[in-house]
Amino acid sequence: MNHNHPVFTDNDPQSELVTLNLGPTHPATHGVFQNVLQLDGERIVSGVSTIGYIHRAFEKIAEHRPFYQITPLTDRLNYCSSPINNMGWHMTVEKLLNIQMPKRVDYLRVIIMELSRIADHIICNTIIGQDTGATTTFLYLFQFREHIYEIFEEVCGARLTTNIGRIGGFERDFNEIAFMKINKFLKEFPVALKEFENLLTRNRIFIDRTAGVAEVTKETALEYSWTGPLLRATGVDYDVRVSDPYSSYQDFDFEVPVGTSGDIYDRYLVRNEEMWQSLRIIEQAVVKLKTEPKGIFHADVPEFYLPPKQEVYNNMEALIYHFKIVMGEIDAPKAEVYHAVEGGNGELGFYLINDGGRTPYRLHFRRPSFVNYQMFAPMSEGMLLSDAIINMSSMNIIAGELDA
Amino acid sequence: MEETTLNNSIHVKLTEKFGEKVTAVSEPYGLLTFVTYKDVIINVLSHLKEELKFNFLTDITAVHYPGKEHGIAVVYHLHNMVEKIRIRIKVFISEQNPTIPTATTVWKGANWMERETYDLFGVKFEGHPDLRRILNMDDLGVHPMLKQYPLEDPNRVDKKDEFFGR
Repeated sequence: MNHNHPVFTDNDPQSELVTLNLGPTHPATHGVFQNVLQLDGERIVSGVSTIGYIHRAFEKIAEHRPFYQITPLTDRLNYCSSPINNMGWHMTVEKLLNIQMPKRVDYLRVIIMELSRIADHIICNTIIGQDTGATTTFLYLFQFREHIYEIFEEVCGARLTTNIGRIGGFERDFNEIAFMKINKFLKEFPVALKEFENLLTRNRIFIDRTAGVAEVTKETALEYSWTGPLLRATGVDYDVRVSDPYSSYQDFDFEVPVGTSGDIYDRYLVRNEEMWQSLRIIEQAVVKLKTEPKGIFHADVPEFYLPPKQEVYNNMEALIYHFKIVMGEIDAPKAEVYHAVEGGNGELGFYLINDGGRTPYRLHFRRPSFVNYQMFAPMSEGMLLSDAIINMSSMNIIAGELDA
Repeated sequence: MEETTLNNSIHVKLTEKFGEKVTAVSEPYGLLTFVTYKDVIINVLSHLKEELKFNFLTDITAVHYPGKEHGIAVVYHLHNMVEKIRIRIKVFISEQNPTIPTATTVWKGANWMERETYDLFGVKFEGHPDLRRILNMDDLGVHPMLKQYPLEDPNRVDKKDEFFGR
């Protein structure tokens, strides 16, 4: 079926199929994208996904922006976990520039990235609950996303589109209040997460709605280039944090949870367990920070890291570097680099080609939602409409990441 | 160091199989990169997948180098999850006639990646089951990531490289 020529069943009196537009603005899609489904009763016969409703041409814009101005663009990819995108981009540029980060900065980054992973998984898992009819769980756990955003606010001043950090580190050190809020979160969140699990994990209705629905084998998942919790739910233990460690993830002790059948219930369990593991990582990072020298929040690379304003007014070198960084005149090697981080939905890759100009010659985002979502229409065939809806929420498709 | 030995052995195996079709081998930031040609690209991809265990297609995209004879580079990133190595394959194709065989015969996941590349660069993937635009509207008429389409007002002069000593 081609969406340009949709089959209008009304014209065919013999047909018993119904054409249903799921989206572009439908509460069940949780984002702006469309699926044209052919229904036979409650069952989906075929489907076509149409995306691109919020395509903002970030790859084109990025070709016209100096490196540091691309960070706000990455915010708007997966806007549920923007700090991972921001730091993934910063680490890509640091890889290009061969900057070695101090351990303390790595650990601070790990804290922020794991907090955003928790925020991302909170959204996905509570919404699976919501879509299966359990609004309570959504209301219980969702406030902790708010607490995470308060921590971001303390660190960088923004909440959703954070623009957190800079190439070469953070713009400022974490203050006392930020650490207090992190500690408070570490104390309160496990209780709430346990309560959330008590409400859903052994819930008969929830299991009936999710277990055995939308099963995916690992072969199919790999064939379709799935990554992230979706792939791990099928039983493949691929996690970029382990297979290709960045930001000192090799210093941490954590497990990669895997499922067996790849159904919605497994995806839910994998995401829940990942939240526990993220908490473990944050706890370890907080402990590790105590042994690191205080006050270091960026690498010592004056030619790439924006100097404080006070310095710019009083120090010639700082003024020169400030000018060069702001005008995009930094001396970056002419090279190409691919860097991947484990985003909330899977492998988030940055493919950057630098030709020595003020801006990247080419920047490509490998967006996990985009790659994962292409299987939605084929796998929906034969599925009940209500199952397809939870399937979609369990894939955690973020429209910003889908369209870039 | 370990990475380099692995990359070398892959390079040797590829050269044994494809000879001169594997050229311009380099290793930027430890990632084995080589250029091949569009008549063998599907053989190279399936060989990498079946024999050398690059089981995972990470990404397909393209890069435009205007003014060259073969001005569009189609770039494939593959990943061997067991040995944890990545590989990058480039195929340079002509800008006037940008065609290349589809990789959907090797990985089904190539479908949308190729549609995106077609949408943004106009690369026609021969044999693709459903080669339509994916992000832009169908009657856009141009392939916007090509370098001849400016983002900003082309008359703007304050950002020209010559003002910055280039």
